[in-house]
Amino acid sequence: MVTVSMEIQILFASVLFLIGLVGFLVRRNVIFMLLSIEIMLNSAALVFVIAGSHWMQADGQVMFIFILTVSAAEVSVGLALILQMYHHYKTLDADALKKLRDMHETEKM
Amino acid sequence: MTAIISLIPALPLLSFLIIALVGRLLPKKTVAILGVGSVTISAILTIIAGIDFLSSPPSGGAYTANLYTWMSSGNLSAGISFVLDPLSIVFCFVITFVGALIHLYSVEFMGGDDGFARFFAYMNLFVGSMLILVLADNLLLLYLGWEGVGLCSYLLIGFWYKEPENGYAARKAFIVTRIGDTAMILGLFLLFISFGTLNIQDLMQQASMKWVTGSPLAIISSLLLLGGALGKSAQLPLQTWLPDAMAGPSPVSALIHAATMVTAGVYLVTRVHVLFALAPVVMTAIAVIGAVTLLIAGFSALAQTDLKRVLAYSTISQIGYMFLAMGIGAWSAGVFHFMIHAFFKALLFLSGGAVIHLLNDEHDIFKMGGLQKKMPVVFVTFLIGAASLSALPLITAGFYSKDQILWFGWSSTISNHWLWLAGITGAFITSLYTFRLVFIAFFGELKTEPHHDAGKLMTVPLVVLAILSLVGGFIELPENLGPVHLFSKLFDRVLPVVNTGEEGQSELIFQIISAIVSLGGVYISYLLFYKKSSLAIRFRNSKLNNFFLSGWRFDRVYDTLFVKPSVWLSEIDKKDFVDLIYTSIAKTTEYFNFLVSKTQNGKLRWYVLFLTIGVAVLLTLMISL
Repeated sequence: MVTVSMEIQILFASVLFLIGLVGFLVRRNVIFMLLSIEIMLNSAALVFVIAGSHWMQADGQVMFIFILTVSAAEVSVGLALILQMYHHYKTLDADALKKLRDMHETEKM
Repeated sequence: MTAIISLIPALPLLSFLIIALVGRLLPKKTVAILGVGSVTISAILTIIAGIDFLSSPPSGGAYTANLYTWMSSGNLSAGISFVLDPLSIVFCFVITFVGALIHLYSVEFMGGDDGFARFFAYMNLFVGSMLILVLADNLLLLYLGWEGVGLCSYLLIGFWYKEPENGYAARKAFIVTRIGDTAMILGLFLLFISFGTLNIQDLMQQASMKWVTGSPLAIISSLLLLGGALGKSAQLPLQTWLPDAMAGPSPVSALIHAATMVTAGVYLVTRVHVLFALAPVVMTAIAVIGAVTLLIAGFSALAQTDLKRVLAYSTISQIGYMFLAMGIGAWSAGVFHFMIHAFFKALLFLSGGAVIHLLNDEHDIFKMGGLQKKMPVVFVTFLIGAASLSALPLITAGFYSKDQILWFGWSSTISNHWLWLAGITGAFITSLYTFRLVFIAFFGELKTEPHHDAGKLMTVPLVVLAILSLVGGFIELPENLGPVHLFSKLFDRVLPVVNTGEEGQSELIFQIISAIVSLGGVYISYLLFYKKSSLAIRFRNSKLNNFFLSGWRFDRVYDTLFVKPSVWLSEIDKKDFVDLIYTSIAKTTEYFNFLVSKTQNGKLRWYVLFLTIGVAVLLTLMISL
């Protein structure tokens, strides 16, 4: 079994996180944005696993399963929201939701 | 007696409180009963008090009712205490009695208005304040009522506040009268410093003991009080607010701007007449101001096209007569004319208001015409009011009151024949403009169809006031017509009688002159405005007509003299150094707010980007530290 040094492992996780972040920033489709969030979550979870294997502790794996559960719950809520959004706006473009912000007094007129 | 006196002003104030607090929730009928009922009961109480006073006069010449001490600090103590003497009885009677009739009229007049409860709340507050004004036994309480009626005047002129011009008229009335009020409060300070009391009776006693006739302090303090009276009573040079005050509903014009509030100046001067007697110069000034005002306002009334503005100028002119009377020492004649004027001018405003109301708010007299058959009751009552205003001889009350002033204008030792001449010229102009109104608005061909005739609630007050405008004068007849002096007898202990000097002058000649003058005025206006003489049309297109129409251009003069400079000054002041500091702080904050609010654009991805940048910056900082 080839052992990879920890720096490489962390670097891999960081690259994964960056891919997720950039994907989140450049994509406008909410489904892709949700996917990017998943990637970021998984990269973070990966760091837990790496740390667990480095210090020979089971906590990392436990934490990973924990994150997996949370992200599953999050995805179900997120998908429900996306479904509602599609019903309402007939689009998956996240920028279409900008009307949800607080409006300035003058813009309301 | 104390209870009755204190109830007279308390009832309208109580009803004001109820209507102001819960009037919105009450049905219109309840509001009307409260509003009209409270003033009516006050009127009945006033009559009871008056009869009681006449049948068994109190020993001191007046009833007093000390309710409680309003404020007491150092040697200043002012109480809520009322005094009922002949002068306040007459004023209370006019305020409550005419007020009750006008309230009754308003029930129908304002029936369709959304602000029905608001209207009655203001009107009741007005009646209450006015009663406090005339019943007060010290000048501070009088000032409270004085300001209270000023406030109500402001509120009621701007009653239809949705029109910007009405708000402007209300502010104008408030500010112009405020100039006079400032003078008056300074006068109160001066009197308090000099005598250490503001109780009117004590003041008058001490003033006549300590000050000699013509002393500078007496002149200054009476001038300052006169300033207040001039502002409230719309006399020269503070008369410009009254014509614009016609923006309010007609009952308001009848009650506040004809019958009661504008005569508060007359009341004030009469109340402190001892003080004015100590300053003969000021007395002469009052007489001259009255004479000039009555002429200027009379000429202005000749050119007006708005029915209510004619009546407004006529009010200024008639109050000019009262000031003239006071200036020549004919105190009771002034108060007598006040009472009669309240009857016929309230009548004119109410019947004029009925015309305007039934013609769907048509104010222009040239768009009326031919109304004498369409609304007979309104026409007859208006005609009676007009006859009384023009002082048609023998049958109208206006003749007796005006003739008395004119007679004293000739015979009083401190009068001048020029003053009489001004008065008699004014009488001629009065009947000219009054019957111009009658002939143009009620005769000729029909121009606007009224939608119905006035209802009962409107006609009953008209008829009552019309009767009073005819028979009200019989309580005080000239010496040669009969020995009836009910009115001046009432005052013989309160107000000094006129010193007529040379005996043996025949009053009859002057009565005939004034009768001829008023009938002549009617005849000439018949020729000019009924027969439609070309002279009247030529006059309408002349520059003089425009000059009179604008009220002798007083507004424009004040605009250039006072308004524009102060606007200019405040314009400069707005940009001075101190303001610059504060405005720049505000501007900077606003600019940053603008910048930051730009970032809140609703785009989720931008928020994440900023979040990432923030995290990156924090991480860098943590690592580098």
